[in-house]
Amino acid sequence: MRTWVPMAAALTAALFLTPSAEAADGPTLAAAKARGQLICGSDGTRPGISAPDSRGVWRGFDVDFCRAISAAVFGDPDKVKYIPLTPVQRFPALQSGEIDVLSRVTTHTLTRDTAVGFDFAPINMYAHTAIMVHKELGVTEGKQLDGASVCVPPGSTIERNVADFWQQKKIKYKPVVIENLKELNDAYLAKRCDVMANFLPGLATVRAYQAPKPEDHIILPDVLVKEPLAMAVRHGDNQWADIVRWVVYATFETEEKGVNSKNADEMLKTQDPEVQRLLGVSGDLGEKLGVRKDFVYQIVKKVGNYEEIWENTVGKNSPLKLDRGLNKLWRDGGLLYSPPFQ
Amino acid sequence: MAHDGPPRQALAAALGSLVVRSLAVQVATAVVVAALVYLLVSNAAENLVRQGIASGFGFLRHEAGYDVGETWIQHSARNTYAHTLFVGFLNTLYVSVLGIAFATLLGIVVGVARVSRNWLIARLSAVYVEVFRNTPLLLQIVFWYTVMRQLPPPRQALHPFEGVFLSNRGLVHAIPVWTPVHGWMLAALLVGVGASLALGYWSRRRREATGASTPVLWPSLALVLGLPVGAWLLGGAPSAVDLPALRGFNFRGGATHSPEFVALLTSLVAYISAFIGEIVRAGIQAVAIGQREAARSLGLREGLILRLIVIPQALRVIVPPLTSQYLNLVKDSSLAVWIGYPDLVSVANTAINQTGQAVEGIVIMMTVYLTISLSISLFMNWYNSRVALRG
Repeated sequence: MRTWVPMAAALTAALFLTPSAEAADGPTLAAAKARGQLICGSDGTRPGISAPDSRGVWRGFDVDFCRAISAAVFGDPDKVKYIPLTPVQRFPALQSGEIDVLSRVTTHTLTRDTAVGFDFAPINMYAHTAIMVHKELGVTEGKQLDGASVCVPPGSTIERNVADFWQQKKIKYKPVVIENLKELNDAYLAKRCDVMANFLPGLATVRAYQAPKPEDHIILPDVLVKEPLAMAVRHGDNQWADIVRWVVYATFETEEKGVNSKNADEMLKTQDPEVQRLLGVSGDLGEKLGVRKDFVYQIVKKVGNYEEIWENTVGKNSPLKLDRGLNKLWRDGGLLYSPPFQ
Repeated sequence: MAHDGPPRQALAAALGSLVVRSLAVQVATAVVVAALVYLLVSNAAENLVRQGIASGFGFLRHEAGYDVGETWIQHSARNTYAHTLFVGFLNTLYVSVLGIAFATLLGIVVGVARVSRNWLIARLSAVYVEVFRNTPLLLQIVFWYTVMRQLPPPRQALHPFEGVFLSNRGLVHAIPVWTPVHGWMLAALLVGVGASLALGYWSRRRREATGASTPVLWPSLALVLGLPVGAWLLGGAPSAVDLPALRGFNFRGGATHSPEFVALLTSLVAYISAFIGEIVRAGIQAVAIGQREAARSLGLREGLILRLIVIPQALRVIVPPLTSQYLNLVKDSSLAVWIGYPDLVSVANTAINQTGQAVEGIVIMMTVYLTISLSISLFMNWYNSRVALRG
């Protein structure tokens, strides 16, 4: 008789709590919904990647992924508050819960995934550390840079990659490490440094937007180290990590299925069951994630598919004119590959 | 029950006693503070574990994997975090020691000039003080760094005189090539300093005993300067100089000071010396004019008045605020982060970022700054107790 009471309580709890537990939001999503806004940690100083434009509206590749999350959660890409972060500030900001997601050209590494306490979304930009030099030096490859001063941002993987590269080439260098990106760029442009090392799109940004004469700078062909860039969230909130992960996949999958911001409404009427499921016309994929049923439609309609995001921020339609390189769909010889939306 | 009275009275008396009450208040405060610290520490530790963030100081033994631009000891990317942080600590110490030395010298000059009877000199030093004291330090650092960056590149470096180059890669100057003779010169210098201290002591004893004064200044100078010069001459006057020369992208040879270091040192010295100038002026003016007049009427020479009457009294006013300025200079040197001088904070920032162990990194930085500051405080308090009024 005595054991009956707790069992009944447990049964009752199971009956009443389980369904609501399934629908309950994880802490990050619940907090975002309660404040009606996503808080996104981003760079803020790199036009094309992440920076406010002349009217104060944030734009860029990293920004578009924050907007995509906002579109998925709120059906509105602009319910985002951006927090500009330096490379040094970004990890404590995410650890402490100041931001919901870090979308700031962050390289996925083992240490960051484990000891730093993050989970990473799928890689949304395959980049590498490259070096840019003043053309007048007449340098054509990295091994000619013995004794050079190298401008690097602190606390990034780049600082380490540069140390490894110069050591492999058995030549010497002097690092100039400046946290503030504007001061760092100015130091390079004022020829305080012979070399600037950064991930490739970052160098392209400096050359296209900040150099008085872009043609005075050349990016050397050396590939120092691969830099797979991805969004990061706090380890432990699995539901939120799932949402961010599938938002990235949604941008890949929509490109693969030929859905873009212009034809999204027409595609809603498609007979293709895969696209119907993807856009939320049928099925309940969004609900399983805990976001809107039509979250993929919201993303592609209001932000765009991967191709649109790339070309408008760093690709053909931008001053950066970056080639997609590895950032093409798998069927075009790239590395972008989304698991099925099923 | 009848003898309930006396203990109760004793208790009441104890509660009423000032000593017991103040003790109770202090114990209560200590308990509250300890509880708060415990709460903060345990809360932080718990949260770190919950978020799966590594903690502890074990990372100090791991390979750091990054280079530091300026080092005083052998260092490479293969060294540990502990070694790398120590390199940063030495850089902080270096800029602080030089900063304190130069700021004190310049500050004394400015302070003395401020009370000069020469109108132009007094005005000029007033302008200096107001300009550097009333603009933010960070602004001054950025200003000097911008100035350094606008200098020509190494291949067109400014070359004011033989062996000195000024370019946007910093200040490069010639240094004498180290020979054993230099070691002997250093030893001779120490002997000279010791001998002149002994001379001063003997002369004071003699004056106190007999009233006769012996000249101390010139013999001391001769000892301090003459002995090393003599050692140099005896050693065959080695005069080989390591001249800097442009090779590849940078200068090789000589001593190089990076633009970041020059900018940081210049701004720290300019900023802090303006405050020290005011402190020195206040110290000098705090000695009542009647003291000088009284000394003159006793027939003391001007030099002696300064040494025996003015300076000892002025130091009492100068030393305590001077200590604060030294502490400020050490702490302000961490603004180096903005322009990239590899001081402790700059180096530790990278470590924090690579390991994600922000709490430990900040604890290390705080401990180091606290140790430096407390050491300066202790020394200055000792010095202050020597110059303070006794009795």
